[in-house]
Amino acid sequence: MLKDATAIVGIGETEFAKRLEPSEKALACRAILAALDDAGIAPGEVDGFASYTMETTDEVEIAKNIGAGDVTFFSQIHYGGGAGPGCVGHLAMAVATGQCRVGVAWRSRKRGSGQRPWAGAVQASANATWTRPYGLLRPVDEIAMLTRRYMHEYGATREHLANVALAVRRAANRNPRALMHEKSLTREQYMSARWICEPLCLFDNCLETDGALACVVVAAERARDCRQKPVYVHSFGQGLPQQHHTMVNYWCEDPLRGPAWTCAKQLYRHSEIRPEDVDVAQLYDAFTPLIPLSLEGYGFCQRGEGAAFTENGNLELGGRLPINTSGGGLSEAYVHGFNLINEGVRQLRGTSTSQVEGARTCLVTAGEGVPTSAMLLRSA
Amino acid sequence: MSDFPNPMIPLIDEDSQPFFEGCRRGELRVQRCAETGRLIFPPRPMSPWAPHTPPTWTTVSGRGRIWSFAVPHAPLLPPFHERAPYVVVAVALEEDPTVRLIGNLLAREGDPIEAIRPEAVRIGAPVRAIFEAIEGGITLPRWVLLG
Repeated sequence: MLKDATAIVGIGETEFAKRLEPSEKALACRAILAALDDAGIAPGEVDGFASYTMETTDEVEIAKNIGAGDVTFFSQIHYGGGAGPGCVGHLAMAVATGQCRVGVAWRSRKRGSGQRPWAGAVQASANATWTRPYGLLRPVDEIAMLTRRYMHEYGATREHLANVALAVRRAANRNPRALMHEKSLTREQYMSARWICEPLCLFDNCLETDGALACVVVAAERARDCRQKPVYVHSFGQGLPQQHHTMVNYWCEDPLRGPAWTCAKQLYRHSEIRPEDVDVAQLYDAFTPLIPLSLEGYGFCQRGEGAAFTENGNLELGGRLPINTSGGGLSEAYVHGFNLINEGVRQLRGTSTSQVEGARTCLVTAGEGVPTSAMLLRSA
Repeated sequence: MSDFPNPMIPLIDEDSQPFFEGCRRGELRVQRCAETGRLIFPPRPMSPWAPHTPPTWTTVSGRGRIWSFAVPHAPLLPPFHERAPYVVVAVALEEDPTVRLIGNLLAREGDPIEAIRPEAVRIGAPVRAIFEAIEGGITLPRWVLLG
């Protein structure tokens, strides 16, 4: 069993900026070394790796740069922002089954200064054949289509999306490392912002960031001897629903019931933590509408109630379910959601800049709208 | 940017070729499961409901209803960058509303895609397919409001 068999014992990250000079490779290595140093584990002990298929630096490069030992487990997970907790989950399974002893997960990305994937020199292919020729080009265009339908079916409004953007921005305003630390956001600014793709405006979109993050996973017995308070991987799930079509999920019975629903079923199957027991959540927020969809998928409210859940300060510190307490992808940094993992760990260590009093359980999710992953973390 | 392929040109491969051949002939074609009769979209080599029986192709009425729509604004890629904002619709087919084709809504046949105003678009509105030859011998379906 996976339950509490492993723990995250180290986290590390570079600074975040619109533009950083070092290469993605150098940034990756710096984040990994910082995470190992945080754990008090020597690089030579690393024998497992997991990252995203979109990661540009492979395990060979990482291992030879940081001075890893003989590596016996390496895994990559597909679907961009769907991968994050999946990387930790794969390492947890590998450590729990003895395939490796010290696993490192990481993501390094220069999305701030580098290429926009949607603008790449690629001809329309596979799913894109059915969407790009009509001008549905960017991820935001694909999500805007689902968002409009969600608003229509459930009476959600831009006020609800603003609730998400403002809650997450306020968390960033308390986090000196966040890109938006010094930039306040008012409801008036949100409502008058320029459109990116109607019904989504500038503040419904995540940041464009250069940066890298990493974490270290070991067995629970080993974790007790590490430098930091262990944060246990209580449960983990991945989700690829029947007849799912990634972000252009328009050809299935129920496009608004996304991968989160499939992932949640597995996540809670072996879990002692129920949605009502979750103290704080780090929900993947490339776009604000992913928050109501994720709140529904992971069982914090009923279908169609996700927008209403954002009311009454529910998502804020002191509210019913504080989310994205470092500022998330919308306001701290967008590194394919890896900052949500590290912030989940900080919450359970008690070191967040928006600390939820006495937090003992944290949900961390990956991108809703693509084949996804999630994990429940707990402190001792 | 001139080195970039035009995103308006679809990839025509063995899965999608019959769809675009249909468009050239003024027909909207989708796959059908030969055993269950269910429509299959996007086209693929297997029917998920009867993977041992190859799917067939069928011509549908070309009528449907607007399921949702989005309005992209610049910055985008050419040729869309220059035309934004424009309306992209998802049309639920009359024969099977779980098949939602993405396309552009035109106020009148022959209009450019950016001619229609977003305020004129309403979820649930009935539409029908027309066909427009673009460059390279390729024809795309477009949608116009019914009635």
